[in-house]
Amino acid sequence: MQMVESEHKWKAWLYLSPAIVLLLVFTVWPIINTVRMAFLENYSGLKAVGGMTFSFGIGNFQKVVKYQKFLQCMKNTILLCILTVPISTILALLIAVCLNSIKFLQKPLQTIFFLPYVTNSIAIGMVFAAMFNIVGSFYGSENEIVVTAGIINNILEALGFHKVNWINSGSSYGANITVMTVYIVWNALPFKILVLLGGLQSIDKQYYDAARVDGTSRRRIFWKITVPLLSPMLAYVIITGFIGGFKEYTSIVGIFGEKMGPPDDALRLNTMVGFIYDALSTNNQGRASAAALILFGIILIVTLINLRVSKKRVHY
Amino acid sequence: MEVVLKNLTKIFPSRNRKNGDEVVAVNDMNITIPDGKLVGLLGPSGCGKSTTLYMISGLQKVTGGQIFFGDDDVTHLTPENRGVGLVFQNYALYPHLTVKQNIMFPLENLKGADRLSKEEMLKRTVEAARLVQIDDLLARKPSELSGGQQQRVAIARALVKMPKVLLLDEPLSNLDARLRLQTREEIRRIQRETGITTVFVTHDQEEAMSISDEIVIMKLGIVQQIGRPQEVYDNPANLFVAKFLGTPPINVFAGRVEKGMIYIGSEAFLEAPVPDQEVYVGLRPEGFTLDENGPFSCKLKGIEVMGRDVSVVGAHPDLVSNSLRIIIPSDMGVSEGCERVRFSVRRNKCFIFRKDNEERIPLE
Repeated sequence: MQMVESEHKWKAWLYLSPAIVLLLVFTVWPIINTVRMAFLENYSGLKAVGGMTFSFGIGNFQKVVKYQKFLQCMKNTILLCILTVPISTILALLIAVCLNSIKFLQKPLQTIFFLPYVTNSIAIGMVFAAMFNIVGSFYGSENEIVVTAGIINNILEALGFHKVNWINSGSSYGANITVMTVYIVWNALPFKILVLLGGLQSIDKQYYDAARVDGTSRRRIFWKITVPLLSPMLAYVIITGFIGGFKEYTSIVGIFGEKMGPPDDALRLNTMVGFIYDALSTNNQGRASAAALILFGIILIVTLINLRVSKKRVHY
Repeated sequence: MEVVLKNLTKIFPSRNRKNGDEVVAVNDMNITIPDGKLVGLLGPSGCGKSTTLYMISGLQKVTGGQIFFGDDDVTHLTPENRGVGLVFQNYALYPHLTVKQNIMFPLENLKGADRLSKEEMLKRTVEAARLVQIDDLLARKPSELSGGQQQRVAIARALVKMPKVLLLDEPLSNLDARLRLQTREEIRRIQRETGITTVFVTHDQEEAMSISDEIVIMKLGIVQQIGRPQEVYDNPANLFVAKFLGTPPINVFAGRVEKGMIYIGSEAFLEAPVPDQEVYVGLRPEGFTLDENGPFSCKLKGIEVMGRDVSVVGAHPDLVSNSLRIIIPSDMGVSEGCERVRFSVRRNKCFIFRKDNEERIPLE
């Protein structure tokens, strides 16, 4: 057996080689290169091509963490994470439980809830932007303001509330964050519902029969049986949710465009990934790499905390 | 608590709505399960025994008929209002809870006046655990228990709220042979100690006969016979019951009654005061005695040693059942060399059945 195995080893490597070569070129080397660039003072690709050499140091990191824009990006990212992950997880859990408990229309509803997942998020963002929009002029005296509003403001008005300036010039940071939270939660739901529904359907029905015979209330069944038995899925959804949340970027572009903020306050809603892209496009690869490593560190720490907590909470 | 099933019927609608082949799982079942007895519902798979159990528990709705617990009609009560304890085939222990939490779970569901104090709950839990002898495992999770231990936890969980009726669905099917013997004694003991009316479902006739006070034999949703195990074994109502009970199974031959004698082939071997007709003749494996002048003979195919007894495997041209097996004590000295063996047949181990509807024809 041993002989045969070693004789065929070269074949195994041969079959693996296409994947390995691609991974080395497009994944492993870029990671190593990122670390290298991050520790070269003020590294810039353009200057490197021009023959400039850079000294080794941690200057990039020092500059990034002192940079006001970076701190704003970090604040936005963390705030959105903290808001969207719990809200989307709880909503997804409720929807999944409801979907699982109905027979009629289950499949069509499942499809409807899954649709956002297969739709381009920029396109969804544009639709949301239109929904929250107030189209009109905000210049001149108050009487001159002619406004047509998106559906959200129309509904608010119909219900007797005032129009809110969600995303246009002059909108508040709170309004912006609210819109982003709604959009990100909505966008994150399908995947979570899918995972949780799968988890629910794999729970043995006999647990519920046993609970029924013992006269367990619905609330107790949910908290004492469904949630614990679903805990591995919940942990998975929360961990991937945080990882995705820290990489938030396209959703902001979807709503606010490349300005990453309302027209009068560009970059107000920029995220850490947005910061990295900006640094790259201005040929500050050193700074971008340092920010990327900081982001990596944050995600690593958050995930470790998540795993720590889930070890205590997740059963099995 | 006496349990009475009156004209109980369960019909499952067909899955395919166009061709309305509905399935009658239980057909007009009438049985009375006496208070404090252990009753086994027995039958091959698909005979409706589990459906019956689930209807008694309330998890399955009845299509027709009534279920009484004592004088109370519980037909339309929900499971939690019937006061039944149910042990599932795969136990359905909550994997995330410890043994203690599992057993305590039904008690924690109680509301209002029934609600017990914390100490009382713990006391009842420990009592139930002690009854099934798992009181040293209370801190474990189900995954850390053996199959037999899980089974006991499931029984303790069913017993802890002191049900009026205990229902067991194939309680021994997930256990290995040795544990099965031990556990069935255990179930018997627990049932005796608690005196709770118990119904259990099984397809294993040996299991049912060994521990039941009464057995109910079912086939395709219809009750075939009800009675004490020995009674049913000694007086099967029809060929199905005779074939279903006993290991090795009964030997069945195509035979006939002619002039008051039962014939298999050309050999007449028992008197039978019944009109001449074609019949099935059933001979229990233990009903034979080696006898050179006996009326029954067969070709010897082999001998299976079982220790105390030997099982003579024979061949007979008129045999209808799958194999011909005869159990005799091992010191009778049948050797593989013999070509043919002759036996005399004990009268009370011989049954004849009508050829058309397979009902038994009494010999007296």
